[in-house]
Amino acid sequence: MFRRVEEFLMSMTIIRNGRIIDPANERDEVGDLFIVDGKIAAKAKGSDPEVIDAAGLIVAPGLIDLHVHLREPGFGWKETIESGARAAAAGGFTTIVCMPNTAPAADSPGTIAWIRDRAAEVACVNVLPAGAISKGLMGEELAPIGSLAQAGVVAITDDGRCVQNNELMRRAVEYARMVGVPILDHCQDYDLVGSGVVHEGYWSTLLGLPGWPSAGEEAIVMRNVLLAELCDHQVHCQHISAAGSVRILREARARGVKISGEVCPHHIALTDDAIQNFDTNCKMNPPLRAKEDVAALLEGIADGTLDILCSDHAPHAQFEKEVEFDAAPFGIVGLETELGLFLDLLVHKTKTIELPRLIEIFTVNPARLLGIEAGTLSVDRAADVTLIDPELEWTVDAAAFQSMSRNTPFDGWKLKGRAVRTIVDGKTVWKL
Amino acid sequence: MRWQRKDLLGIRELSAEEIIFLLDTADAFKEVGTREIKKVPALRGKTLVNFFVEPSTRTRTSFEIAAIRLSADVINISASSSSLIKGETLKDTAKILEAYHADLIVLRHSSSGAPQFLAERLKSSVINAGDGAHEHPTQALLDLYTIRAHKGTVAGLHVAIIGDILFSRVARSNIFGLLKLGARVTLVGPSTLVPREFEKLGVTVTHKLDEVLETADVVNLLRIQHERQRKEYFPGIGEYVRLFGLTKERGKRLKPDCLIMHPGPINRGVEIDSELADGTQSVILEQVTNGLAVRMAVLYLCGGIAT
Repeated sequence: MFRRVEEFLMSMTIIRNGRIIDPANERDEVGDLFIVDGKIAAKAKGSDPEVIDAAGLIVAPGLIDLHVHLREPGFGWKETIESGARAAAAGGFTTIVCMPNTAPAADSPGTIAWIRDRAAEVACVNVLPAGAISKGLMGEELAPIGSLAQAGVVAITDDGRCVQNNELMRRAVEYARMVGVPILDHCQDYDLVGSGVVHEGYWSTLLGLPGWPSAGEEAIVMRNVLLAELCDHQVHCQHISAAGSVRILREARARGVKISGEVCPHHIALTDDAIQNFDTNCKMNPPLRAKEDVAALLEGIADGTLDILCSDHAPHAQFEKEVEFDAAPFGIVGLETELGLFLDLLVHKTKTIELPRLIEIFTVNPARLLGIEAGTLSVDRAADVTLIDPELEWTVDAAAFQSMSRNTPFDGWKLKGRAVRTIVDGKTVWKL
Repeated sequence: MRWQRKDLLGIRELSAEEIIFLLDTADAFKEVGTREIKKVPALRGKTLVNFFVEPSTRTRTSFEIAAIRLSADVINISASSSSLIKGETLKDTAKILEAYHADLIVLRHSSSGAPQFLAERLKSSVINAGDGAHEHPTQALLDLYTIRAHKGTVAGLHVAIIGDILFSRVARSNIFGLLKLGARVTLVGPSTLVPREFEKLGVTVTHKLDEVLETADVVNLLRIQHERQRKEYFPGIGEYVRLFGLTKERGKRLKPDCLIMHPGPINRGVEIDSELADGTQSVILEQVTNGLAVRMAVLYLCGGIAT
């Protein structure tokens, strides 16, 4: 490859007068951030800088979302790596982890290489693939986890599915420990959940929809605690929805077990009464739960039991969602509403956490869990930066999403706070 | 009152006044069935599609006879003849029915909410003939009609609904209708099929049939649906009969004027003793006859709203 002459010239950007919140470096102050040649710099270098006025804005390390479905390869009518990355940028995310439930499933080094090549070509943010735990996500035989790690996966998961065989899962955790990647687990006991599509409770009873009991999640969270303990390795429980799961995680973490949990915006923004008109944009897995569950999730976020936030961005085409409730696929898009919802709900409305903590949860915590070099504004690191206006009031407009899909229950919601500019490797990839 | 709804999706959204109005309208239609020429021109020139995505003979036949007595033209589409099984979506199939200018669509579907899904998208009237475990409004209306015909009123009565409540759309529609009209409702059945969650709807839940026998004014026995139930829900038919079957002995403890109801089809010797099903307290066949009058009322009222 020949490099263009321009790339040898030094480029500089100064982000002026923003409130720089960099939890990794315990920095929270109003000041200027310097970017030279795509990396964070200690001071200005070169001439003719691009100046970005960040007065009144938060200058944060680029946000990380470790739970995203980009649908490629295989489901390009729902989302592509390119469109999903644009949606991430529009939501303020500079690094996303894409789940392996593609077609083919990301259970081989070849598929991982394809995803990485494709991302390098078309994605405007950093796309890090997760590999499968089991071959074909079938829960029967281990995927080549070591080869996947060498191919560059940052985690392994059968997300969308859950390994039911406890022995297989135990070996997966042990093996993942050897190669140094964390396990992300979609916690669902298939026997307990059966054909459940909504939270088992008042509304499932009233509407006659098959119930998805909280115990179906809690049983697997408990299983994961036991295996994390047995194997002394990190197991991360995805999209926690039930109060009991929070209790189990809190107890285990207090004992030092390497177990963690994440929360999606919809599980705190909505409760199961949202399904009363059979709106398939309120059908997700795990389902929307009861008020007490939402309260427990907020408590878990407040006390640090749940220290990862994510979208579980799950695009589906209109024609796929516009069917009978039982028949509709689970999931909603989330990248472009995630930060707004969490700012609005966690920081402004419920005051569960303060802004610096939210930034920490979106940067340092996922970077540490995945063992990646991201989520800080340290000098010489890649200049991935998100500018956030925490006070900006805006209205969600699904029709204007960068994502190819529109399946959201939040269309028309008025939210306070959002990303206004997203910078990857020193380049603005999106701005409001 | 004036009827305002183009669709009948469930009993839950109806007011007591609307339910009474439907029952009164059914009263007026009941007599048609006893005429020598069993036909009135109320829906002449209208097209009704019986769209049964889930198989049913009784309800489909009942709607068909009701529609014919109102002079509507009736087309039956069942799951086996439907393009749904060729991969067409419910929405597309429905749009095609609308393109044929069908005035009324009677839908039976295995998914809760399917009739609402159609009603939101079509100008035609949509009548719910049973959706998943959600609602079966015309069954509840004919049950209420039958109770009212015998007791004069529904208010103040104690109605026991016995059997598989969890998977029953008949139970849900009955619960909503009975409570709206002022009855007291007790649900009886195994704990696996009558979860306590139902108490939040305003009913009493018990797992002992003997507790209701002497106080019930009506016992409504639901079919135990072998085809739907996985074996985890109860150990077997023998044990079910022992605990929850309306046996001859239990029948003796009922009040003499207690009505015995069943939405059918009956499993003789399971939820109900065969002789009791045919006995003097049984109104099971009246329910079937009343179903025609109630469905005529529903089709007439909703069919008059849709344009």
